[in-house]
Amino acid sequence: MASDPRNRSPRPGFVLNVDKQTPPLLFHHGDNFRLEKLPADRTRVIYPAEPLPGLPDPEAAIRHALLEPIDDDPLPELLKPGMKLTIAFDDISLPLPSMRKPDIRQRIIEQVLDMAAAAGVDDVHLIAALALHRRMTEDELRHALGDRVYDAFAPQGALYNHDAEDPDGMVELGRTRHDEAVTMNKRAAESDLLIYVNLNIVSMDGGWKSTATGLSGYSGIKHHHNVKTMRESKSFMDRHSSELHHSNWRQGEVIKNHGPRIFQIETTINNNTFGYDGALSLLQKREWEWTAKDRITFMGMKKGLDLMPASQRRQIFNGWKAPYELTSVQAGNVESVHEVTLEHCFKQHLVPVKGQTDVLAFGLPYICPYNVNSVMNPILVMCLGLGYFFNMYRGKPLVREGGVLIMSHPTPWEFHPVHHPSYIDFFEQLLAETTDPIELEQKYEKQFAEDEWYIHLYRNSYAYHGVHPFYMWYWGSHALEWLGKVIVVGGDPRAVRRLGFQPASTMQDALEMASDTVGSSPSITYMHNPPILMADVT
Amino acid sequence: MIRENLSGKRIAITGSTGFLGTALVERFLRSVPDCELVLLVRPGRRGAEHRVKRDILKNDAFDRLRDAFKEDPVAAGGLDGETFDEMCDRRVFAVKGDVSQDGLGLDDAGLALFSTVDIAVHSAATVSFDSALDDAVQVNLLGPGRVAAALRVAAEARTEPTPGGLAPGEKAYLVAVSTCYVAGSRRGNAPEQMVQDSPFFVEVDWRAEAHNAFQARKDAEQASRTPQRLKALEADAIKTLGAAGTPAIAERVENLRQKWVGEQMTQTGRVRAASLGFPDAYAFTKALGERSLVETRDGVPVAIVRPSIIESALAEPVPGWIRGFRMAEPVIAAYARGLLKEFPGVPEGVIDVIPVDLVVASILATAARGPHISEESGEHEPDIIQIASGSANPFKYGQMVDLVQAYFTKNPVYDEKNQPISVPDWTFPGRGRVTRQLNRAKFALATSERILDALPLRGKQAEIGADLEQQKEQLDRAGGYVELYGAYTECEATYQLDRMYALWNSLDEADQRDFNMDPLSIDWPHYAHDIQLPSTVKMARLKMQPSKGPSVDRNERIRKNVLSEDRHLAVFDLENTLIASNVVASYSWLATRHLDTPDRVRFVAKTLREAPTLWNLDRADRSDFLRYFYRRFEDAPIERLERDSLEMMSDLLMTKSFPAGIRRVRAHRALGHKTLLITGALDVVVEPLRPLFDHIVSAELGAHDGAYDGKLTNVPPTGEARYQALADYAEEHGLDLKESVAYADSTSDLPMLEAVGFPVAVNAETKLAAIARRRGWLIEHWTKSDGAPNRTIPIGPRTLRGPLRKQRVAAMQRRAAG
Repeated sequence: MASDPRNRSPRPGFVLNVDKQTPPLLFHHGDNFRLEKLPADRTRVIYPAEPLPGLPDPEAAIRHALLEPIDDDPLPELLKPGMKLTIAFDDISLPLPSMRKPDIRQRIIEQVLDMAAAAGVDDVHLIAALALHRRMTEDELRHALGDRVYDAFAPQGALYNHDAEDPDGMVELGRTRHDEAVTMNKRAAESDLLIYVNLNIVSMDGGWKSTATGLSGYSGIKHHHNVKTMRESKSFMDRHSSELHHSNWRQGEVIKNHGPRIFQIETTINNNTFGYDGALSLLQKREWEWTAKDRITFMGMKKGLDLMPASQRRQIFNGWKAPYELTSVQAGNVESVHEVTLEHCFKQHLVPVKGQTDVLAFGLPYICPYNVNSVMNPILVMCLGLGYFFNMYRGKPLVREGGVLIMSHPTPWEFHPVHHPSYIDFFEQLLAETTDPIELEQKYEKQFAEDEWYIHLYRNSYAYHGVHPFYMWYWGSHALEWLGKVIVVGGDPRAVRRLGFQPASTMQDALEMASDTVGSSPSITYMHNPPILMADVT
Repeated sequence: MIRENLSGKRIAITGSTGFLGTALVERFLRSVPDCELVLLVRPGRRGAEHRVKRDILKNDAFDRLRDAFKEDPVAAGGLDGETFDEMCDRRVFAVKGDVSQDGLGLDDAGLALFSTVDIAVHSAATVSFDSALDDAVQVNLLGPGRVAAALRVAAEARTEPTPGGLAPGEKAYLVAVSTCYVAGSRRGNAPEQMVQDSPFFVEVDWRAEAHNAFQARKDAEQASRTPQRLKALEADAIKTLGAAGTPAIAERVENLRQKWVGEQMTQTGRVRAASLGFPDAYAFTKALGERSLVETRDGVPVAIVRPSIIESALAEPVPGWIRGFRMAEPVIAAYARGLLKEFPGVPEGVIDVIPVDLVVASILATAARGPHISEESGEHEPDIIQIASGSANPFKYGQMVDLVQAYFTKNPVYDEKNQPISVPDWTFPGRGRVTRQLNRAKFALATSERILDALPLRGKQAEIGADLEQQKEQLDRAGGYVELYGAYTECEATYQLDRMYALWNSLDEADQRDFNMDPLSIDWPHYAHDIQLPSTVKMARLKMQPSKGPSVDRNERIRKNVLSEDRHLAVFDLENTLIASNVVASYSWLATRHLDTPDRVRFVAKTLREAPTLWNLDRADRSDFLRYFYRRFEDAPIERLERDSLEMMSDLLMTKSFPAGIRRVRAHRALGHKTLLITGALDVVVEPLRPLFDHIVSAELGAHDGAYDGKLTNVPPTGEARYQALADYAEEHGLDLKESVAYADSTSDLPMLEAVGFPVAVNAETKLAAIARRRGWLIEHWTKSDGAPNRTIPIGPRTLRGPLRKQRVAAMQRRAAG
């Protein structure tokens, strides 16, 4: 029997220099995988840290955080009979993949509700702070909050999705010193206490972004979800160097002065995405440490996936619930809490890396924040690669300016018609005309954002807001400006070209194509992600 | 001689809107500057004068004279400072008339004008080789006699001398245009003699022939109304239109009936002509027309000019000038496109064509010469002048084929893919073999079509059916050419030109220079390659050059028109046009949403069992189907359905929607067009789609006590009811249907599609695909988004409200307590 790795002290992230003995390396490739042999002596692989140990008693840790908050009064002291209490929580985009029951949100909210009940608070609303994301379904809400919470609040209409387009449901709290409008869900804004329950999977999440973005609407969000801000966020994963966060913090000041009293709860989880045992656990291992059993498991899994129709593969992966463990929970003052959260995040994710690379490679998995229980469409491929993965750095980008990015993903021309209707039009109409983020922003953003039909679908169906595909494109705008070339290995050539990238059928072809831009023997860095890692580049 | 003799005369012309007639008008106006013309035309809706201006003087034949007037009116034969239009106003008079009516249908004013005429040229004829027998009799057989009779009446009505000096009572001179083919299907020499003087002429009574032709029309009309015939026609209509609704089918049946009568009359004419030794009804009625004219002319001086097959101009007014699509063009165009691989005929056979300007010159010369005076009696007597090429300068069929092949080998026609089409070698098969080949191909196609028809195909696959349909049509057309023209290419008669040459030789040098009518002057290779074929290519709009740049898709062009700002209204069908779903699916979804698992299984089994019945009912009559089907909603609580319908939008409608279709609706709205949805679906089901449309017409159910009663309160809009709903909406909002767009997927929507100016077939089933292709409608293939969840059976996701929910909550509470 294999020893339980939880009993060992986890190893930190690690940079491997590839030599002739290095076995083929595993790349995520959507809902499948590829094994790639990378050139010896000029390639390095960055591995994520192994999962940090989870808190042994999460319930007690939560209780401790609520009773002894940072720079704030204990929660029970803030709860008064007859008060208006609103609990906002992160939506389906966190964590990735969804975690096994019970979800952390459920654990926290159950304790908060118990305290509220004990204090005689009976006007309580629970709001999924989804900003311009799609509404959560009943099943998804039940998964995040548990049946008990759902059944107690949903039938009364006290548990619902935030609706940024409800003409009677939003208020403007004021404007920042940079003249940025601050808007908020009316119920939340008019509450005596707003408790925000965060699930901080990466360092981008949380802080003032929770309330300033999560409970806001287009008129507030557009001030930082734009090309200029995103190009000045280097990276948007590094809160202190991120214009995205600076803007949210300015909006936070307005909320502090004119908005509801806020009690912020933030949580971090470890890197235990795929488990310590089972077929997927080998995704958390380093290839040269694979056992014979791992190898056989991988071969079998790969064969099986190859033979399956895409819809079945999608179903299998969407069914995976991660056995994440809670590594920290802190509550109280927004800014103080967030600094502690960042420390915990970085402790799990940061891997020190010396120097940049000519070619950055990574494999994109089947999921990103916007296709949970859905389809990873080409625009999301761009956003996950050039937005999230590219920005997983502190200091300077892993790849040098003018370098090449190679991503592995099947990139099918597929869209979820219910979740992503405006994406389809963005991809099939707008990208056919231009891929320049500035041009798209200037010519089309307003039209899509104010489109009556998209708004109808956002409010009444399960569609992302009409403007959302633009944000996906802006998320990658820093990378688009920085990179010399983007190559997608194994992607649908038509879809890849529509994105403005170059399709390659194999990694060898991709490296060949990269040589036009970075010469014949460039340095290569493979970011072995997920589980999540963030490069601390010096 | 010609110019002098015609100078100052007033000349009447019939048939001036035709090919030869237009050339005559042009030549008289240009080459005989001080003659005047009286044009007898059927008036049309806006009067004779309008027709003369629009249909005759606008023709490009007059470009030469028009330009000459711009340059120097006096040199062009006009007055100082005169424009072409002013000259026409001065010299051209329009008279309302019709040669198929007794007295030419002239009113008093018309007769008064007609009585001022010195010479009449009768060129009106039904030249189409497949015209109905009675039509041909009216125009070709009775027409010439009627013109002669009208000239007699006109002479009596005349009170003052004509401009050319005819005294009251003096009869004007008639030049009647006939055809060489009155000689019938025969070999050897055909001299310029009266038809009855030919040894091959079978004597028949032209009056009896005319009477019988009219009787045949009555018989055919009667035969077309027998129950068997009407039933067969109805079956035919349903086969092409499907469930298009009663009015559409009725209209189609009546069209088919009239077409059937027409075909019967064509057939009758062809067979009667053949039985008397003529290639077709045209030659037959023309021959009897000559006879009737000569017999009934009663003192009217007459000359008959017989051209062979008239073709593009050799030189006048410009080389290659032609009006309309003539006999040889469709054949040559079909050959150049590679459609017609073989055409019957013997290579040694002579194809007797004659350029139009030579015919015009011979008519002018005949008119100028005046009536033939008999040497014996000293009286004028009818004579005949043939104008043909076969005897003097024969153009062999084999030579023509070589020239055509060489031409299109050097100048190939390009197909849609920009590939040059190589023309086939001609093997000169007999007519029988070609016909047999065509029939075999047709049979094979008809069989595949029947099979395709029986399959429930849509979209791209359905277009295979449309392809077949198109091929069948091409074969039909080719078969038509073979049958009609085959007789001519196989005709081996040689038309003698003795009198024509006598007339030619009587002309002075100036006339011979200006009015060429000598067939010897034709250089056939030059004529074919530099004049006739380029003109054919132009007329048939053949693609002689690969299109530049990426070829613009035909659909792309129409789509641009459909999405023009000028459109008013876009009307959409729902099922299979915007959404891959139907009323059965939405009902199943709603019905199962509140069932537990065993009940769901029972429901699915029941629905599947019923599927064939529903399917057949739907195919037979959609309204009945909807009435029958909607009874299932009896006692369904309205409030619950309204709540569920929003969920259904996400789970069923949007999931099965065609994003490109939704995008199209929105594109119309963005352009400011009104958008209208007409569907047989229930109002609550389509309610969530309201933001897309200005108005929705849907089925509505009656209600009692907060539940539906299962009875439709209005006729479900299907077939013609959809058209009516559309028309009502358009009228109410002052929108023009001709400027509107309709999107639908099935022939049951034909009334709606046909009502608008811009019909669009979406994912069309076979029959509609064929119709759309034939009529040049926009065809769209819209599909579900790749990546849409794929559920084979439309079942609503279970909601846990209600008793089941209570059980679960109770169980949970027990666990919590325990």
